[in-house]
Amino acid sequence: MEHFLWLIVAIPLFSFLVLAIFNDHLGEKGAALFGVGSIGLSMVLTTLVGLSFIGQLDVAAYFVQTLWTWMEVGDLKPAFAFRLDALSLVFIFVITFVGFWIHVYSRQFMQGEEGYARFFAYMNLFVASMLILVLADNLLLLYLGWEGVGLCSFLLIGFWYKERSNARAARKAFVVTRIGDTVMAIGLFLLFKHFNTLNISEIMAAAPTQWTTGSSVATATALLLLGGAVGKSAQLPLQTWLPDAMAGPSPVSALIHAATMVTAGVYLIARTNVLFELAPVAQTTVAIIGAATLLMAGFSALAQRDIKRVLAYSTISQIGYMFLALGVGAYTAAVFHFMIHAFFKALLFLAAGAVIMVMHHEHDMFKMGGLKKSLPVTFWTFLIGSASLAALPLVTAGFYSKDQILWYAWAAENGSFWLWLAGIAGAFITAVYTFRMVFVTFYGEQKMKPEYQPNSWIKVPLIVLAILSLVGGFINLPHSLGHWNPFGELLHYQLPEVAAEVNIGTEIILQLISALLALAGVYLAWLYFVKKPELAAGLAAKNVSLLKFWGSGWRFDQLYDAILVRPYIKLAKANRKDFFDYFYRGLGRFNLGLSIFFGSSQNGRLRWYLAGIVLGAVLSITIILLL
Amino acid sequence: MTLPYETGLMLALILFVIGLVGLLVRRNIIFMLMSVEIMLNASGLAFITGGYRWGNVDGQVMFAFILVMAAAEVSVGLALIIQLYKQFKTLDTDQASNLKG
Repeated sequence: MEHFLWLIVAIPLFSFLVLAIFNDHLGEKGAALFGVGSIGLSMVLTTLVGLSFIGQLDVAAYFVQTLWTWMEVGDLKPAFAFRLDALSLVFIFVITFVGFWIHVYSRQFMQGEEGYARFFAYMNLFVASMLILVLADNLLLLYLGWEGVGLCSFLLIGFWYKERSNARAARKAFVVTRIGDTVMAIGLFLLFKHFNTLNISEIMAAAPTQWTTGSSVATATALLLLGGAVGKSAQLPLQTWLPDAMAGPSPVSALIHAATMVTAGVYLIARTNVLFELAPVAQTTVAIIGAATLLMAGFSALAQRDIKRVLAYSTISQIGYMFLALGVGAYTAAVFHFMIHAFFKALLFLAAGAVIMVMHHEHDMFKMGGLKKSLPVTFWTFLIGSASLAALPLVTAGFYSKDQILWYAWAAENGSFWLWLAGIAGAFITAVYTFRMVFVTFYGEQKMKPEYQPNSWIKVPLIVLAILSLVGGFINLPHSLGHWNPFGELLHYQLPEVAAEVNIGTEIILQLISALLALAGVYLAWLYFVKKPELAAGLAAKNVSLLKFWGSGWRFDQLYDAILVRPYIKLAKANRKDFFDYFYRGLGRFNLGLSIFFGSSQNGRLRWYLAGIVLGAVLSITIILLL
Repeated sequence: MTLPYETGLMLALILFVIGLVGLLVRRNIIFMLMSVEIMLNASGLAFITGGYRWGNVDGQVMFAFILVMAAAEVSVGLALIIQLYKQFKTLDTDQASNLKG
């Protein structure tokens, strides 16, 4: 069955080609058939391949399918090869499975939009690129997928390109992530220089023998790779593009900017974990970036009015948790949180999209309110997603994944009290802003009536993802709850186990703290936004400047504008007054003058031309005679 | 009696200059066409004189060519003049200066 691995990538790619070539000639039905069907086929194949792979996991921990040699330049011989192992299996499962339900949802959501086929073409290209990214067996192929998803992200953020602000958001996302990509490319050069190969498994095998722990070259490489991960995953200091990326349609936000692409950084670090183990400084940096980002984005989410921007900041914050886990060496916990986050955040984005769709494209949740009764399915699924995001104890998947990260932030060798404190504070803030969003949107008095009810193309994906957001956590239970963890055992074929002592007593105490804090956060949100809204209004009135500061994402945009964008524009303008340009511009002006001068001789008078001919003939004859 | 060939050339030159001056000073396009005819004949005369001087028949062959060419040119020219007159209701070339740059 594994030999069908290439088809998982090829089917969406083929469908992209069909959609791109025939475009609107397919009609909406045809475009949806190709767009949704291809991902569906990929999902079925992924399931079959995955089952057969897991069945013989003890025989072969990974499977490599080499299609052809991509290029041969000296020592550089990257192959077009896919590598299936526990890590990539989890990723392709999430990409195709969540991707499929998002495509089903899009079929209805995008109906009647201009560029329906174009939308599905981009989405399919995205899925294909993302699959290449996670299946690549060498770093160059990974980079191909990496850039491919960046391109699709750009195209889809600017899908409604006729609005100037959307086009600007797309460009911002592209440029900011490109900074990270450039840093990562330099990291790849460094790796190739030292190992003469870009094959991931060869590098991972050679690195510990050639580099000593903590050596400067290992640290430099790990930090450069981290640069790429930070850009793609919207972590400090390159997080500014993600909130603006919400300009794209909601399914795009769900698929690209919540479930898959933004977690590519997590994948990269998990995949190259050997390098990070060799560079403790870089690894600590990962943890600190994660902790700082999750707090920063959490506070920003508290002050947003646009429902999708709340979710955007929440995504940044949740990826911060994954980075925190990676930083303390708990790779399994990071990947587990990635998967659960993909479920509930895709669900939240889709549900928010459904609300926005039926509310005349209104994004401001303070203008909604009281939608609980009129949109029951959307409300319940949104509530489940929110509960999972807020990590309500025991029943939600988010509790298990987040709790594991918090536990390892405390207990792992690289962990510390401060990292745990940042995580637990973030968990509290998460609960507050999540339920602020729920209560403001669905409770209180109804300010707007929904135009119509979403139909089952919308509802079914919501319900499927909601079920996963509840039960997804039970495949990786903590030590305190029996430690039944097939998910962790699967990943440990590929990823190292975290170095941490098992102490069930402490773990239970920490879990109690985080559970109580999550519930306290929900209670606080309920008190401020349902019971006594005047309290929230009073608090907001007292802290206007603070809210503005958080609402703008800690003024990072203004900061970068001042220290990077504007000086760059000034520099570009100064460069226009180049010395050499004077010469060339002078040449242009001279020619223009000549043109005007000779143009004036074309006065339309026949006799004038004749005189010119005569004069010329006389002159040339004279010259011939005289010489 | 035989004329010296210089006389023929001189006559050709005089005719040519007359034609040229007529072309340059006249504004009526019919007269300009006639001036062109005079110039063509002047050059034809020069060819014949040349042929006479060198005892060569090529000069007369050349004149036959010029004659045919002139006839063709006149027919095209007259057709253009009729069109010009239809468009501008005048034969003054200075009025027909639509193509000025």
